[in-house]
Amino acid sequence: MNTILFENIRIIDPANGIDQPGRLLVREGKIAGTDTAGAEGRPEGAQVIDGNGAVLSPGLVDMRVEIGEPGFEYRETIASAARAASAGGITTIAVLPTSKPAIDNPALVRMLRTRGEESGAITILPYGALTKGCEGRELAEIGMLHEAGAVAFTDGNRAVDPARLMRLALSYASGFGAMVVQHPEDPSLAGSGCATAGALATRLGLAGIPAAAESIMIARDIRLAELTGGRLHFGHVSTGEGIDLIRKARGRGLAVTCDTAPPYFDLNENAIGDFRTFAKFSPPLRSEEDRLAVCAALADGTIDAIASDHLPRDADDKRLPFAQAATGGTGMVTLLGVTLARVHDGTLTLPQAIALLTHRPAALLGSTAGTLSVGAEADLCLFAPEQSWLVRAGQLPGRAQNTPFDRRPLEGRVLGTWKAGRRVYEAGATAGAGA
Amino acid sequence: MADAPSTTATAGSGRNARHLLGLEGMTPDQIEPLLDLAESYALLNRSRKVPRDVLRGRTLINLFFEDSTRTRTSFELAGRRLGADVINMSVAQSSVNKGETLLDTAATLNAMQTDLLVVRHSQSGAPALLARKVDACVVNAGDGMHEHPTQALLDALTIRRHIGTLGGLTVAICGDVAHSRVARSNIHLLTTMGSSVRLVGPSTLVPSALGRLGVDIHHNMEDGLRGVDVVMMLRLQRERMSSGLVPSAREYFRFFGLDRRRLDLARPNALVMHPGPMNRGVEIESSVADSSQSVIQEQVEMGVAVRMAVLDRLTRNRRAA
Repeated sequence: MNTILFENIRIIDPANGIDQPGRLLVREGKIAGTDTAGAEGRPEGAQVIDGNGAVLSPGLVDMRVEIGEPGFEYRETIASAARAASAGGITTIAVLPTSKPAIDNPALVRMLRTRGEESGAITILPYGALTKGCEGRELAEIGMLHEAGAVAFTDGNRAVDPARLMRLALSYASGFGAMVVQHPEDPSLAGSGCATAGALATRLGLAGIPAAAESIMIARDIRLAELTGGRLHFGHVSTGEGIDLIRKARGRGLAVTCDTAPPYFDLNENAIGDFRTFAKFSPPLRSEEDRLAVCAALADGTIDAIASDHLPRDADDKRLPFAQAATGGTGMVTLLGVTLARVHDGTLTLPQAIALLTHRPAALLGSTAGTLSVGAEADLCLFAPEQSWLVRAGQLPGRAQNTPFDRRPLEGRVLGTWKAGRRVYEAGATAGAGA
Repeated sequence: MADAPSTTATAGSGRNARHLLGLEGMTPDQIEPLLDLAESYALLNRSRKVPRDVLRGRTLINLFFEDSTRTRTSFELAGRRLGADVINMSVAQSSVNKGETLLDTAATLNAMQTDLLVVRHSQSGAPALLARKVDACVVNAGDGMHEHPTQALLDALTIRRHIGTLGGLTVAICGDVAHSRVARSNIHLLTTMGSSVRLVGPSTLVPSALGRLGVDIHHNMEDGLRGVDVVMMLRLQRERMSSGLVPSAREYFRFFGLDRRRLDLARPNALVMHPGPMNRGVEIESSVADSSQSVIQEQVEMGVAVRMAVLDRLTRNRRAA
């Protein structure tokens, strides 16, 4: 892997404002330079990769992934998650602490980081547990976790419920410059609900979760961030009213950020029709109006990042009556393709989409990944934005197969993924050919 | 009979004050003479030549609604050395939380012709409430999270004896400032005397609102200690962990404990102080607590002298009458 020259590519590097045809040179695992002037000549001994006009972008940075290891290896392991990530063009993943045991101990943070390095395919940025055991009672050792390399603090899909605890968390974490990531849902309002409150849930006889459960939690926490000076981020926002609150808070100059996930800008509540548990999410899939609000917020910059929200589940976790089935879907393999659907329909420009998948989430996590700057690790994603493929549950790379996008044709296919200059994924077909 | 030492103290409005409820609002020309008087008592204590008749025939009641062996003993010793009759009253915790009980107690003590009432209470403002209802001189021996004036005075005396001044210094007060009456009294005294104060600790214990007291806030121990003349450590109560303000003792020590490496960031020979009792290995490393820079034992000694000075000063008008 000494020297690699990518030719005949469209370089998209939003962090550096680059979107043009050119060549990119990798030396010793680092980006040695980009050439957009159309120069000829090749460095001696370079391995040449002809992109056939495909896009070369930074390797994707996925800021919300649950793996399952340690504790739930039957769902996914670090090795299988790495395969799914590579197939999705992802080279950096931020891993939720809701494993078993929870990542509430500095040794576990170091373990995850090391396991990522050992995989050779992904960088693992571990989240630290915000509370001990992610149980929502006492603060975890945030300082020591931060020192061990935890990039931010969260209890995953469990909302931090008591306002006093959230206040303490924001305040304490701010002393270490650490970000708190909240699951934006008021647990007492969500109750045992399993679908978005509305006509569909009523018709199906499912307990509903109102959109207000999200906006009330967001409103409360914005106020607490203001009170404490804490750094607050909301994971997977899904409602127009919640996003409006974030937009207004940012207008007042508050450092409040958020991400969303493909299900919330590509699907709506109708996907659960006929009690389809593979479309059961937390927060639940929302109304079409909310989906459009998420799209608008992606376009106007209110939403800072798109994360896969990859949540591996076993078939047995899902083949249950709807209310009893587990929430969540796999998402790494389909992250780019579903995001590009918003490019193809004109919601986002391609550089906007890539920014949401690379340097913007990286910046939130304090990572330098997600750019093609000279000297950066050569984490790269080569993809054909127009090439179509069909999502087939059961045939996705990685162990977990619980995708909500089964049988969905997607336009935008990852052709190759490189981690620190080493090729970790190669699509079966050659670039440029339709599938 | 030897007159009490330092009767040459200059006049000030505080000279005629009957109570010592707090240091907020006191001026340098009230504080300095009190420290001068305490200093002279410190010397007399060492030479065992204290005049025993200063408070002869006077009654001092230690009224402690909250247990504190150290402070109570210090006041008791101060009173006895000056010849007062000292009575210790520990009031059962169960009967505390009622304002009526407190005022009933005040009326009872008043009827007993008490001269000095030393009050420790878990509620901020309780000594002030008592002071309005009794004829005795009231000394606040610590009220809730409000003030502990004699502690700050003894800290000041200790600093002055070592550094020679209370002006122009930088003092770091580290730890659970939010719940500390010791910290508040020290902030008032040190800023009044022209020193600057840094508060250092996690933001759950050192909230930024404290910045309104005219101090600098630091959430990083290394930054907070750099170049300071004095390091005051505060006790971390166990209940701060159980109430979730601090994740664990080991994390606290890791980031906010005073160890040799951190102390070396302060000025060479910076003083190390602690109001006691210490949690070794939680807020302070044993070797630092016992080092030559530590003046913790001297603080205890100065405590008696400062309390003698306070008892003497407050009762002057009464004795002159």
